Amino acid sequence: MSIFLDKNSTVIVQGITGRDGSFHTKQMIEYGTKIVGGVTPGKGGQKFENTVPIFNTVADAVAATGANTSVIYVPPMYAADAILEAADAGVKLIVAITEGVPVLDMTRVYPFVKEKGARLIGPNCPGLITPGVSKVGIIPGRICTPGNIGVVSRSGTLTYEVVYQLTRAGLGQSTCVGIGGDPINGTNFLDCLAAFEADPQTKAIAMMGEIGGTDEQDAALFVKNNMKKPVVGFIAGQTAPPGRRMGHAGAIISGSSGTAAEKIQSFQDAGMGVAKRPIDFVELIKARL
Amino acid sequence: MNIHEYQAKEILRNEGVPIPPGEVASTPEQVEAIAKKYGTTVVVKAQVHAGGRGKAGGVKLAKTPAEAKEIAKAILALHIKGLPVQKVLVTPAADIASEAYVGIILDRASKKPVFMVSPAGGIDIEEVAAKTPEKILKLPIDTRYGLEPYQASRLGFFLFNDVKQVRAASKIMQQLYSAFMKNGCSLAEINPLVTTPAGDVVALDAKMVIDDNELDRRTDVAAMRDESAEAPSEVAARNANLTFIKLDGDVGCVVNGAGLAMATMDLVKYYGGDPANFLDIGGSSNPEKVVNALKIITADPNVKAILFNIFGGITRTDDVANGIVTATKQSPLKVPIVIRLTGTNEEIAMKILQENGFSASSDMDEAVKKAVELAKSSVVTPSAARGA
Repeated sequence: MSIFLDKNSTVIVQGITGRDGSFHTKQMIEYGTKIVGGVTPGKGGQKFENTVPIFNTVADAVAATGANTSVIYVPPMYAADAILEAADAGVKLIVAITEGVPVLDMTRVYPFVKEKGARLIGPNCPGLITPGVSKVGIIPGRICTPGNIGVVSRSGTLTYEVVYQLTRAGLGQSTCVGIGGDPINGTNFLDCLAAFEADPQTKAIAMMGEIGGTDEQDAALFVKNNMKKPVVGFIAGQTAPPGRRMGHAGAIISGSSGTAAEKIQSFQDAGMGVAKRPIDFVELIKARL
Repeated sequence: MNIHEYQAKEILRNEGVPIPPGEVASTPEQVEAIAKKYGTTVVVKAQVHAGGRGKAGGVKLAKTPAEAKEIAKAILALHIKGLPVQKVLVTPAADIASEAYVGIILDRASKKPVFMVSPAGGIDIEEVAAKTPEKILKLPIDTRYGLEPYQASRLGFFLFNDVKQVRAASKIMQQLYSAFMKNGCSLAEINPLVTTPAGDVVALDAKMVIDDNELDRRTDVAAMRDESAEAPSEVAARNANLTFIKLDGDVGCVVNGAGLAMATMDLVKYYGGDPANFLDIGGSSNPEKVVNALKIITADPNVKAILFNIFGGITRTDDVANGIVTATKQSPLKVPIVIRLTGTNEEIAMKILQENGFSASSDMDEAVKKAVELAKSSVVTPSAARGA
């Protein structure tokens, strides 16, 4: 088992002929992901790498392939439309990799996706991977190994760092999810923790948060009240100054809210393990298995 | 992106919000001339991207043009939170009967723009929220529908009793919402929204923050950026497509990815050092980015050691290695450099670095510890630069 992504996931790529889309489609196919189609308006009828059929619209792609998952690599100004299109076509898992989507666009997208009953991951995220089975997005496959640790994070390379440490220490992963660094994203920590709690394969969870917002605090409350599985958390940005956007659009301390200290406190209050350094995950998780 | 008060007021004026006249000046003489023209008591307000202008002495009343000139001289010499004041806004002083707060923020929790209004205006709204939350009305807006008239009316009634003032305020809510959406704001506020003794409702101060992600499709908004009001290193970084934030420490950090960049800064602190900056070179591995990153970091005289932390996923570590070699050939480093690389093409990267006299580690903790030690015991010589 795993969360969100398994062997039955059939995937289309929106923006398959673009620079990033084509590169990562090849990587996903190589990893074993079931890529059943691509969408690039105006290139319908062509084939990607002589094998993957390209469609003009997501509706066409879904009708022809029955895809249940879509991954989006279109430029930021078109990303909102691409998400809406996927949700409207009945895609159930939508993974938006694109960085730089205007936040106001997401205020229209989020309720629409919810109403359609779809799950959106991202935007501004590395996607997700169920090691040995499938990956959707850009997480490098070779740093992961199958196992029973669930990983969820707001970051890309920090996730890779921790997953790499886990893999080296023999701690394989059930699913790794990058939920993205934007202020409004489709899936939050709590959604992932609930899914990991329900997943029989997952035995413990590593969670990498950062400054800004209250998502981590809400997640900590959920851990305290609703979870039996151990969760170890980390917060990036302990040295970040208030009021500055630290790369991720969502990584900003507003006034006195969203600080690393307040998030770490909420982890402690929930009885979670608190990793002070990325490397600390290994020992803290081992001690809780 | 921050814009100045006078720019935010211009936007709101164009939407129809009643705002007293005002003019921008950059010399005391200009301020004197403007005050003379108004022929009344004026307020001179520092235009700088920092909160707490009033407390810092950046907002003052002047009864005469001569006094306005003197005050302007003092304000234009100020640094507020490290930023020099280069412009002031001169506006006739208004008679105030009451002060209210009106703001819209893009709220993460509700995933909507949220109106926040309070009859207790003119002061820090966070303080009102903490001490007297009942004095604030919060109203999330579904952007698919926009601000409906009944909602604008509800906000107006929360602020005022007089129906004429309620109607005036409701209209201002619509205008503020329209400005918020048109300009791609993450925050727009009028504080204070005042009533005058004659009963008029007027906006005396305005603030807007634009979502950086909007700037590509709103060139008119992007054109309002005042680069002279920002730290020069941050302007240079933005023009080189790097995300850079200057801090006070002495370990210069170059990292790929925002989360790892923050975690690296934190680790510097963990091992007893102080990061000199946040710098994310992003996902692409263009060697040019590395060259620009090193230029910006080495321009900071506080930097005593440079730390690279690269986890190659999409980023190819050999590209980063080539960037380091190119950059240091162009302008040799005067401070030691510690390099941590792992991931995509790590072996090739290590070879490139070794052939050019650099050593590198694949362990993050080891590299950070070393950079902190070197910054502390820094001896600035060319051999130190190579020997790290």
